[in-house]
Amino acid sequence: MIKVKINGQEQSWDGDPDLPLLWFLRDETGLTGTKYGCGQALCGACTVIVDKQAVRSCITSINDVAGREVTTIEGLHPSGDHPVQKAWRQVNVPQCGFCQAGQIMQAAALLMENPKPSHDQIREAMSGNICRCGCYQRIENAVHLASTGV
Amino acid sequence: MNFIDKPAKLRGFEKHIKVEKVSRRNILKGLGITGGFVLAAPVMSRQAFAYETGAGKMPHGVVVYPRVFVAVAPDGTVTILAHRSEMGTGVRTSLPLIVAEEMEADWSKVKVQQAHGDEVMFGNQDTDGSRSTRHYLIPMRQIGASARTMLEQAAAKRWNVPATEVKAVNHEVVHSASGRKLGFGELAADAARESVPSIEGLKLKDPKDFRYLGKGQVGIVDLHDITTGKARYGADVRLPGMKYAVIARPPVTGGKLVSFDADAALKIPGVEKVMQVRGWPWPSKFQPLGGVAVIARNTGAAIKGRDALKLTWDDGANGKYDSVAYRKELEEASRKPGLVVRAEGDADAALKGADKVVVGEYYLPHLAHVSMEPPVAVADVKGDRCEIWAPVQSPGGTREDVAKTLGIPEGNVTVNVTLLGGGFGRKSKCDFALEAALLSKELGTPVKVQWTREDDIHHDFLHTVSVERIEAGLDKSGKVIAWRHRSVAPTIASTFAAGAKHAAPFELGMGLVDMPFEIAHISCENPEAAAFTRIGWFRSVSNIPRAFAVQSMVGEIAAATGRDQKETLLELIGSPRIVKPAVKDMWNYGEPTDSYPIDTARLRKVVELVAEKGEWGRQVPKGHGLGIAVHRSFVSYIATIVEVAVDDKGKLGVPRVDTAISCGTYVNPERIASQIEGAAIMGLSLAKYGAVTFKDGKVEQKNFDDFPVVRIDESPVVTNVYIVPPGPDTPPSGVGEPGVPPFAPALMNAIFAATGKRIRSLPLGKQLEA
Repeated sequence: MIKVKINGQEQSWDGDPDLPLLWFLRDETGLTGTKYGCGQALCGACTVIVDKQAVRSCITSINDVAGREVTTIEGLHPSGDHPVQKAWRQVNVPQCGFCQAGQIMQAAALLMENPKPSHDQIREAMSGNICRCGCYQRIENAVHLASTGV
Repeated sequence: MNFIDKPAKLRGFEKHIKVEKVSRRNILKGLGITGGFVLAAPVMSRQAFAYETGAGKMPHGVVVYPRVFVAVAPDGTVTILAHRSEMGTGVRTSLPLIVAEEMEADWSKVKVQQAHGDEVMFGNQDTDGSRSTRHYLIPMRQIGASARTMLEQAAAKRWNVPATEVKAVNHEVVHSASGRKLGFGELAADAARESVPSIEGLKLKDPKDFRYLGKGQVGIVDLHDITTGKARYGADVRLPGMKYAVIARPPVTGGKLVSFDADAALKIPGVEKVMQVRGWPWPSKFQPLGGVAVIARNTGAAIKGRDALKLTWDDGANGKYDSVAYRKELEEASRKPGLVVRAEGDADAALKGADKVVVGEYYLPHLAHVSMEPPVAVADVKGDRCEIWAPVQSPGGTREDVAKTLGIPEGNVTVNVTLLGGGFGRKSKCDFALEAALLSKELGTPVKVQWTREDDIHHDFLHTVSVERIEAGLDKSGKVIAWRHRSVAPTIASTFAAGAKHAAPFELGMGLVDMPFEIAHISCENPEAAAFTRIGWFRSVSNIPRAFAVQSMVGEIAAATGRDQKETLLELIGSPRIVKPAVKDMWNYGEPTDSYPIDTARLRKVVELVAEKGEWGRQVPKGHGLGIAVHRSFVSYIATIVEVAVDDKGKLGVPRVDTAISCGTYVNPERIASQIEGAAIMGLSLAKYGAVTFKDGKVEQKNFDDFPVVRIDESPVVTNVYIVPPGPDTPPSGVGEPGVPPFAPALMNAIFAATGKRIRSLPLGKQLEA
């Protein structure tokens, strides 16, 4: 039996220990905010925070996070008002919105590590997250806004 | 729920549409709205329009019907229906916003409800072709105005004053003479009993009184849900007892399953069943390709199970498709005369007599859509009924196709439209929903079919592959006197009709026969090209290769004559004029040419505006260059200036992009800017990386590692968007697609300015590194 804390709640799993965390979250737990985009850690749509690190849940097995704390977009802030989320809304970042949970989790992890990133640091840290609609200019501006106070 | 006597009458504006008594209870039930009432319906007539659009010619036409689109609850909540699919353009916000504007509703008290697929009830729902605003601006205004008028009439009766003395203002009706006010909620029940205002007498708001339209401060309705993970896409639908499926499809389009061994797959924990899926013969339209489905308790197990399948395929007729060889065929075809699709003057003779002929042969490979949400659908078939939840651009078409595929009446199919995690034309084809329907029918349980990214790239309805060859004949002064454009590419028609080898009229009309330059001798030709894979609509469609060729050629002519790109471009566009269609029944995006002519004054205007705002001709550092391009598509006009920076190793950067768009009357400029910013990224992606190639009939790419798209660290540092203010009554035109076509040629013109290298073959790849 694998035990993992997700958004503060204890969850357990006695199925395939190799099951990617992504599918555990989405299909077994119903936390569908975390998205599937590539399955190969190429697009970042599935980004969640494990302890304090952004990880790609599509290549992270449920076994890899046994006993650890996973935060998904649903658990980032109780009312959805994390500075990154607020900045995202202020800048009207999303188009289709599908990649945005991954983008927001990546940005939140970046700001935990580096509260005042430069524009170049933002572009570098966010480069693992693809947005096919092309919201990059606004993503960069929103991360910057979140870092300077919304 | 038959409330329209003859649905066929909805197909056009030409006839008045009779609307019969509607069962309000049934509509409300169908929409999941309770405690409300629905307003009554006006009768449409063509006289009511300041301009005509092609909306009425779409399947099932337009329904201008407040009973369907608007509900006012006793608490004042106004529910407005969004009948088109949201894939990132903002349409789920823009169209309801138009209704709210006209009815004087307070946007903060408006709820948007997504319509299911039912074109008899809602009118055409195909969300493609950059059509939504241009087809629905006026109908939505009329719906809002009808609702407002009825609320005003109800208030006037309540106060026993003439209706002319009352006015709806911000969710209330006001009688200013007496200072009395009643909220929309308080008036709802009375308004429902009011007679329907005729379209002819309907008073639309004066645009100077608009609070929302054209202002741009309204965020999209899903903004909060998207940022908190609550927004529901097709992939996020979960039903009790639902199974998860992935499908192994024939690696070659049109191939067939010979045999499969499921033993190893069935041993994977979580895998429950392995079953064959019916496939349709090539060309299969939107029907499934067939294959073997693995059914599991979660998607991860299904994928692992599929990896363990042993499969034998018969590749069929397309097993020899090879992109290297095919490119040679296209190039050879482009060098010989082909079917003449436009002819003015005598281009052959003029080219022979020209002082100089500039020749450009441009190659653009297949592209995959790769929307961030790969195709996915949930189906629940119970007996002869089927319910679908899917991210589809074609809710009505999906309903029809599901009914046909299952052999059940269309009325027994419900298509629930979720948010789309990107569409770009891929989700106009409902094959993934049909797969889910077939599987659910056999399993007897709800099932979700999830396409992996690899499935998405391997089995896409790809953007065509093309060679565009242009010969421009110049006289001694450098003026272009002759133009021959051969466009050779497999056609989308081949997906529907075996053996189709020539472009369909709608493809010819996307930058080939509608080319607006003022040149005496023009020949446009379309040599044959056979298709060996599924070709489909991709955002901007044939405009991508045509604009790339035409606008790169402008740069080449400028270089050959030592002139400025912008000046050369303006000279080719020529005098401000309405260009007469050069061919009979020219495709004009389905729009009448009276309302939507090819207007070179507007084309010139966007060039001049972008040149002014984008500081054309500014000094740029060494290694930098500026390029410009303009294109009319989806009846909008767009010009783009790209600044590139190429370092000594050939690494490309894009410091700045400026784009001007003339899209007529517009609703939400904030979303127009976001569409254009995104179009620059998509344009850069296809120019830099975009290539799907085939070997032995199979797609060679798999995922974002070998089919890359632009990431944030290589995206333009800044993209500026300028919107041309519309003239009075300038009809609205497209925004979602027209931003893409001018980007790649502007980029290549800029690269030429920076490096002297002319890139004619896409993608750019490592061509600058050589």
